[in-house]
Amino acid sequence: MDIHWAHVAPTLLAAFLASLVEFVEALTVVLAVGAVRGWRGAVGGAGAALLVLAALVLALGPAIARIPQNVVQLGLGALLLLFGMRWLRKAILRSAGVIPLHDEEEAYAKESAALRAFGGMTQGWDKIAVATSFKITMVEGIEVVFIVIAMGGGGHGLLIPAIVGALAALGLVCLLGLALHRPVAMIPENTLKFVVGLLVCSFGTFWVGEGMGIVWPGQDWSLAALNAGYLASALVLVFLCRARAARPVAARRSQA
Amino acid sequence: MNWLRSIWSELIGLFVDDGKFALSLLIWLIACGVALPRLGLPTFLPPVTLFAGLVVILALSAVRRTGPRP
Repeated sequence: MDIHWAHVAPTLLAAFLASLVEFVEALTVVLAVGAVRGWRGAVGGAGAALLVLAALVLALGPAIARIPQNVVQLGLGALLLLFGMRWLRKAILRSAGVIPLHDEEEAYAKESAALRAFGGMTQGWDKIAVATSFKITMVEGIEVVFIVIAMGGGGHGLLIPAIVGALAALGLVCLLGLALHRPVAMIPENTLKFVVGLLVCSFGTFWVGEGMGIVWPGQDWSLAALNAGYLASALVLVFLCRARAARPVAARRSQA
Repeated sequence: MNWLRSIWSELIGLFVDDGKFALSLLIWLIACGVALPRLGLPTFLPPVTLFAGLVVILALSAVRRTGPRP
């Protein structure tokens, strides 16, 4: 398959937005570690984890290129669908008010309190700071690695745009962290998850279809149709879920 | 080793947080993979069928999760 901007643009955008969400969550904990237990361990742990994650992308990305493309599309497409549907479902339920929004300020406060409970800092490298920072960067970064490899591995020449998207998000989050020194609470996390869920579901559906040998009408342009279809369906679902969640409350009010 | 376990559970959690939902998606993909190429449908129908099934599974799962509150 030739590189087509209908693939490159959503790959770059999805990798950027998904990475932004994950890196913001990691930054919240790294900032708490830095503020409570010192910046040396916080930055050291996060840096070490980023090196491991980069090595994973560099090892797995080219390895996937050696597998037959229809097998990769089927496998990665199915994983993308599982991942994207999970994000989209959660974003729909949050938009409908069924489950609460993620709160970075609250997460920061909880993490800071937990870190203070460990007691005094050690001399030199603070082990708790390094371990906490390394763990959160790995845990959130694994999702970024998956997005980069899955979005980049489904078609020739897409790995670079996916890596560029993730690196741009990392750069932006580092700059925000340096500038603010507090959790990045102004990023509309649920909207980003909504958009990423749509893009990833569209890609997953497209790759799976290609892997099955389905002929997409309009070929690469059907990605745009899939995006529109998932967006319309998700908006209807937000409306339905909101109405359904509010119904018993309204019924109770009318009885009172 | 505790952090390794966290990373492993995060890895699984990437794809599954509602087992029934994930299983339904996989079953639909397998059914489409087996049936659609063999049914000899007009070319526009297999993509529409694949997409429609996925949306229905998403809708049923989201509505079920919303549920009636006590």
